[in-house]
Amino acid sequence: MPDSTTAAPPSVRDNREKMLERAMSRHQYSGDALIEVLHAAQELYGYLSPPLLRMIARKLKLPPSRVLGVATFYHFFSLKPKGEHFFQVCTGTACYVAGAPALIEVLERRCCKSGATSPDGKVTVQAVRCIGSCGLAPAVIYDGRILARVTPDQLNQELDRIGVP
Amino acid sequence: MSVKTLTIDGRPVTGRAGETIFNVAWDNGIRIPRLCHVGGLTDVGACRLCLVEIEGQNRLAAACLTPVEEGMVVRTQTDRLREHRRLLVELLLAERNHVCSVCVMNGACELQDLAAELGVDHVRLRYLHPKLEVDTSHERFGMDHNRCVLCTRCVRVCDEVEGAHTKDVAGRGTLSRIIHDLDQPWGESDTCTGCGKCVHVCPTGALFTKGKSVMEMIKDRRFLKYIVTARERRQWILQEEK
Repeated sequence: MPDSTTAAPPSVRDNREKMLERAMSRHQYSGDALIEVLHAAQELYGYLSPPLLRMIARKLKLPPSRVLGVATFYHFFSLKPKGEHFFQVCTGTACYVAGAPALIEVLERRCCKSGATSPDGKVTVQAVRCIGSCGLAPAVIYDGRILARVTPDQLNQELDRIGVP
Repeated sequence: MSVKTLTIDGRPVTGRAGETIFNVAWDNGIRIPRLCHVGGLTDVGACRLCLVEIEGQNRLAAACLTPVEEGMVVRTQTDRLREHRRLLVELLLAERNHVCSVCVMNGACELQDLAAELGVDHVRLRYLHPKLEVDTSHERFGMDHNRCVLCTRCVRVCDEVEGAHTKDVAGRGTLSRIIHDLDQPWGESDTCTGCGKCVHVCPTGALFTKGKSVMEMIKDRRFLKYIVTARERRQWILQEEK
């Protein structure tokens, strides 16, 4: 029954492992800090892989099923790697009325369905609830930056620029 | 230990301070319907079938989570409660694929019994018909997600009594489902001890012993009280099923 995995994903040879370790030790490896630790892991790695979740479960002394349960409950956490570029389209009421559906239509037509990553791994599309920037409607968070009053044309231009067919 | 006197369905009853309305009612032969409660495990108030009316309170209270209080007047069978319970059972039936005629638990299923008791002869809601898996990777047991009502009895018995915490709930809303470890097939779980406690506390045919055909699965959860009293009081008493 003991866990046979002993380390973080083999691909990790940088200091992300250390930074995650620091995040866990800041909370004294307490199981109560699971959400904070998952946040740190998500920020560092971009997604939560099974070996990563297993490692967190072992270090925080939590059952793996609980760790995955929490990770799948919150939309913030992603279990699959994200694409090179990340479009989050706000679908709050203000953005919806101001034209968010047209933006999603562009992204879904050219990249992939909302909530997925394009097959070439270039773009991840996500429809999100109100991001609290209703004055900028319709708003899109593009790789962490907020774009205001976005039009389908602008979006098409940006997709052309990053080389989406 | 202080004693509380209250009225349930017009009958004067007594319970110990801290005891729930549910337990006091059952001890006095007043049967409140339930799916997620099972004696010996922590209550979570998930199924809402044990909702009762308490005089002086506008809100309905989950009997399994509400401690008795002096002078309480509780009603467990009113038209309003029956209608709520009926709708709850219909929602459960519509949410997944409960087909009794081909189920191992047909005739012994708690959901089926409840539906019969509440007179659910049809479901007024549109069925969701989700496409769900049947996990038969375990050597001795199977899990049919189509018949799961997410009562989490299996999760709690695995955590609290067996101590393995192999099972938990992943996802949210209609996508919630029971998982093993990191959403592995049950048979590949590193933590499952294969004790089968989850199978016997499951109220429906969602968890079953392999090799059982329609109507053949019999569940016996007397072990639960037996283990819990043994652990808490060092007394080994095989009790009648509650």
